[in-house]
Amino acid sequence: MPDYSLILRNASFLFDGLLLSLTLTLVGVIGGLAVGTALTLVRQFTGVIGNRVVDAYVFVFRAIPLLLVIFWFYFMVPLILGRPVGAWTSAIVAFTLFEGAYYSEILRAGLKSVRAGQLNAALASGMSRAQALRYVIFPQAFAAVIPIFLTQAIILFQDTSLVFVVSLHDFLTATTIIANRDGRLIEAYAFACLVYYLICLAATAGVEKLKRTFAR
Amino acid sequence: MIEFKRVNKYYGAHHVLRDVTMTVSRGEVVVVCGPSGSGKSTLIKCVNALEPYQGGHILVDGIDVASKARSATHLRRRVGMVFQNFELYPHLSVIDNICLAQRVVLKRQAEEARERAWRLLDRVGLKDKAAAYPMNLSGGQQQRIAIARALALDPEVMLFDEPTSALDPEMINEVLDVMTSLAADGMTMMVVTHEMGFARRVASRVVFMDMGEVVEDCSTDEFFSHPQSRSDRAQLFLNKILSH
Repeated sequence: MPDYSLILRNASFLFDGLLLSLTLTLVGVIGGLAVGTALTLVRQFTGVIGNRVVDAYVFVFRAIPLLLVIFWFYFMVPLILGRPVGAWTSAIVAFTLFEGAYYSEILRAGLKSVRAGQLNAALASGMSRAQALRYVIFPQAFAAVIPIFLTQAIILFQDTSLVFVVSLHDFLTATTIIANRDGRLIEAYAFACLVYYLICLAATAGVEKLKRTFAR
Repeated sequence: MIEFKRVNKYYGAHHVLRDVTMTVSRGEVVVVCGPSGSGKSTLIKCVNALEPYQGGHILVDGIDVASKARSATHLRRRVGMVFQNFELYPHLSVIDNICLAQRVVLKRQAEEARERAWRLLDRVGLKDKAAAYPMNLSGGQQQRIAIARALALDPEVMLFDEPTSALDPEMINEVLDVMTSLAADGMTMMVVTHEMGFARRVASRVVFMDMGEVVEDCSTDEFFSHPQSRSDRAQLFLNKILSH
């Protein structure tokens, strides 16, 4: 007989986990976008050497699973700094740097989708390269890849479950804990699926709205 | 206004401009024509430094385009350009397309930029499209907006790179009409085009290029009235595009 009362009984524990997952996603998206944009600017303005450095950065973070990145930041950064930085900080740093690699690749595809003539038109009107990128090229590139940004953000939200390796309680970890404790795996994981589904639905609706205002 | 002195350009081993020497004087309308691949579009892009060249000199107002005495952005403020594919900014409304460079390059106030934009929209007959987005306009309308956008920066010369070759036939005239009125106002213009009717009516000089070389450079009257004294290559080209 299914018994969903454990959800209600542990609502605040689950909610804290969900809050951690959402916060981490938000920080990962904003931080990742910032790092990804910075990497893209390096590509745009520093020629061959800058491009090689960014290539290497992207390659490294794509080669290593996120789980290991989180793990290594937790253990390596204290060795370099000489003091522990805590699970939360190392998770944030790991997510930001990891997502930055992916966002820079997405943005690169977005930039490729903007016609070369657009840059010429902007330059021909007397804009500097930086102005052309800021006012003409980047807005179009971002608009073109908003759906891919969303997909990446949803993957990121699901990946927050990996912070269990540094003993943080994200939503899925919290669910697992109560599921095992109460022996109610089916109910707990069914509920988790529903929550993931609803959040994905909400995010998609939000981005559709964003796309309409952004991508003219 | 624009002087080309033995300009040479290479794409790798490919010699795209060969010793191009010609002049566009203030107030003149010079039409540059020639078969595709003749280097005419490349030549016009050299004038505002969108394309580099390897030999010779291009002087705009007496200052070398390649010299460090004037930055590329400074040069480009004085030289307006209209492209084959319009290149309006798709994410901006028509009025914002015309205002953008006024704001960020000339640092005009929003009010002043908009007022200028309105006057130019009126001039190209598209005042009612100010709030529209480029994707909702016809090719002819987009090109007229692109001309307004270039004029908003008060250029001393206008470069047109095949302004009508991406247009459906019924839209060509509305663009040529705007260009004709611009010429009548005394604008200095360098126009790469195959529109020989426009050349005949509006141009002061016609330059014919083939394989990177200037083959003919003469007054419009001379070019069209005495075809038999033109070079074989020019005659062949004219026969091809005027035969129907």
